[in-house]
Amino acid sequence: MTPRNRDISNKRFRAMQAEAMQRRAAFDEAPIPKIHIGMATCGIAAGALETQAAFEQALAERGIDARIHLVGCVGHCYAEPVVVIDHPASGFPPILYPEVNPGKATMLTKLFLEGGDPRLEHILGATVANDLIPSVMEFPRFNQEKRVVMEKCGRIDPEDIYDYLAENGYAALAATLERSPQAIVAEIERSGLRGRGGAGFPTGTKWELARRAAGDEKIVICNADEGDPGAYMDRTILESNPHQVLEGMIICAYAVGARHGLVYVRAEYPLAVKIIRKAIAQANEQGLLGQGILDSAFDFDIGVFEGSGAFVCGEETALIQSVEGRRGMPLHRPPYPIDAGLKDKPTVINNVKTLASVPPIIENGAEWYRGIGSAGSPGTAIFSVVGNVTHPGLVEIPMGVSLRTLIFDICGGIPNKKKFKAVQIGGPSGGCLPEDFLDTPIDFDSLTGAGAMMGSGGMVVMDEDTCLVDVARYFLDFTQKESCGKCTFCRIGTYHLLEILKRLTEGEGQPSDLQQLQQLSEDIKQGSLCGLGKTAPNPVLTSLKYFADDYTAHVEQKRCPAMMCRPLIAFYIDLDRCARGCDVCEGCCPVDAVFTTGNRKKGIDQSLCVKCAECRVACPPEYRAVMKVSPPHLAPIIERPPGPSKDKP
Amino acid sequence: MDLELSAEEARTLDDLKVQLIRFKKERGELIPILQMFQERLAYLPPATIELVADHLDVSPAEVYGVATFYNQFRFNPPGKNPIKVCLGTACHVKGADIILENFERKLEIKEGETTADREFSIERVACVGCCALAPVALVGETVQGHMAPSKVEGLIMRVDIEKGIKARAEQKK
Repeated sequence: MTPRNRDISNKRFRAMQAEAMQRRAAFDEAPIPKIHIGMATCGIAAGALETQAAFEQALAERGIDARIHLVGCVGHCYAEPVVVIDHPASGFPPILYPEVNPGKATMLTKLFLEGGDPRLEHILGATVANDLIPSVMEFPRFNQEKRVVMEKCGRIDPEDIYDYLAENGYAALAATLERSPQAIVAEIERSGLRGRGGAGFPTGTKWELARRAAGDEKIVICNADEGDPGAYMDRTILESNPHQVLEGMIICAYAVGARHGLVYVRAEYPLAVKIIRKAIAQANEQGLLGQGILDSAFDFDIGVFEGSGAFVCGEETALIQSVEGRRGMPLHRPPYPIDAGLKDKPTVINNVKTLASVPPIIENGAEWYRGIGSAGSPGTAIFSVVGNVTHPGLVEIPMGVSLRTLIFDICGGIPNKKKFKAVQIGGPSGGCLPEDFLDTPIDFDSLTGAGAMMGSGGMVVMDEDTCLVDVARYFLDFTQKESCGKCTFCRIGTYHLLEILKRLTEGEGQPSDLQQLQQLSEDIKQGSLCGLGKTAPNPVLTSLKYFADDYTAHVEQKRCPAMMCRPLIAFYIDLDRCARGCDVCEGCCPVDAVFTTGNRKKGIDQSLCVKCAECRVACPPEYRAVMKVSPPHLAPIIERPPGPSKDKP
Repeated sequence: MDLELSAEEARTLDDLKVQLIRFKKERGELIPILQMFQERLAYLPPATIELVADHLDVSPAEVYGVATFYNQFRFNPPGKNPIKVCLGTACHVKGADIILENFERKLEIKEGETTADREFSIERVACVGCCALAPVALVGETVQGHMAPSKVEGLIMRVDIEKGIKARAEQKK
């Protein structure tokens, strides 16, 4: 690998990079096997620590000399823990193994590292093109992605600055220092980069305003307060490649003339907090932060603030309030933080993904960035695609790709032969889109036009078994709890929205409820100050618009078409299908609602049943005797036979 | 809930009083101070609120107001085996509320509470970050993926059994 910026004259940087390249070469050329283990929060949750311990033990037992290299996350959550084994002596290219549990780790050590057999049945693919094993780059999941922000995620050790430097890290910073701040702002403006926090405000414009703002002490804040339940892009970037975010912050500071920086990261992300703190310390050590950065006259330092977990603190004025030790309540704008932010000083607040996009733009130029994505939204978008998809995880795609490509080609479509029903984009602030919108290109303007929004990048795919009324209730439950309470419409309005939705999911809905939902939603949008209130009714409005049938069934027939709202469904056992003497449903019932009838078949006591569907899952597939109906009164009544019940002494 | 501080907690609190001097008397230090207290004590007993208010020269109501605004701070001690049920979007779609209900029923406490013997507590969390394993629950530090209502009883039993094994091992010593 050769550095792309050969013309950087900064001596300090060149020395640092040379050192990093040397370390990299020593690592690459060592003839011993290298084991790369993905060790971000998602990997650890799936058992990466146990896998690492198993490798270490197996290597020690067999006396094999190998290097374990802990990397960040590649974004393939469905395959965690992901391990790449590079065993040069075996003649095979580096191979990616999915779902490596401790047993597999021991087996691979024995058979591959020692015996030279890569166990083809366990591999996903090779990481580079070769003649022996198909490369993962041929899979849609890999070749339809375009990695700009996450290019280095999962390849480098996030806790080792030299790993980042060896991948041409901080070259953009070194190049920046040789240009004027105006030129950097102009480059970002030309690139058309838009804020990746959700609203899509042009970053260049923001920086230009900040650059011109009066005041000698300006502040740059990196917003990593990711509160959307089910979205974890920012966390993964911080955990997998913290230096790219820091580099973006330093470039931003240089461009706008800031002296201090702050990373606002959630305290719920302990690993991200640890890694970013370590990265800041390393950057300070190397002279990339602090006084006289890379021997120039530019000073900048970065601190960390641990956010205490309030969704509303993602809003910039609320974020500032919380840093100042107050409740995170948004303020009226203007004044914008760009004029009077933290401690009344001009403050630039950018999302993690925005800042992480900056170094590649400076390195490759604005025209290169404009070439990716669509005209109105250049660049890439990162989504955490979860829910009913075959291959959930983090996906970075160029803007303008259609939802269909993303969900069906890249993420493998809907599992279990179910039908697609809806996709929810943008978390609690976004909307649910039906099948008709699958060909919508993903960019800021198209999604907003469809009634959803880009948001920070949470995407939940739902199959036909999902009730949209319940999903709307879920999101309202979230926003209602997270409303800071400042605006009446948001505080009380969301409460009433939630009450109505609860009523609908419990079968108590009135015909007038639907109209009230619509009216109230529009009022909340108008009567709220910040983005939380303005967008909170979106899940309701879009589901009302696109999935009206779901709502009318709940109101008119007290029926849940997707059979998800528990008060509206009932389970019963089809006596024609039930096998005599099989006790599996009775054994798994957590509340002892399943009983044995006189002829040794089973019945469900509706008064005890909590509708957890456990018996339905447990019933052997050759019987499939547990049936689900909505509305509940359709379930045939099977009497519990008299006699000693086990509940009674 | 009025809980007596245990001897150990009282000792920690005394130590924290000394640590407090390190912090500037600035409003911006309020949240970091509360975070330090919670990290050491696992919750914020009423005494800490007074202490912080005193140090920063604001009213205890003000401190309490900030502390209750944020999800991170808790005011009752967590159990020795905190159970966290993920209620993120992916988990919700796959029935996380049923898992939560089962824990609540089994332990006879509600979400946010601690059992009388301080063994278990139940919390809901927004997203653990392993949506591919949904629904997810954490028992102590261990992530339990692909949760099912019928797994709940076994998980709680396991904690009890492990405790029994530990106690017997200590007796032998």
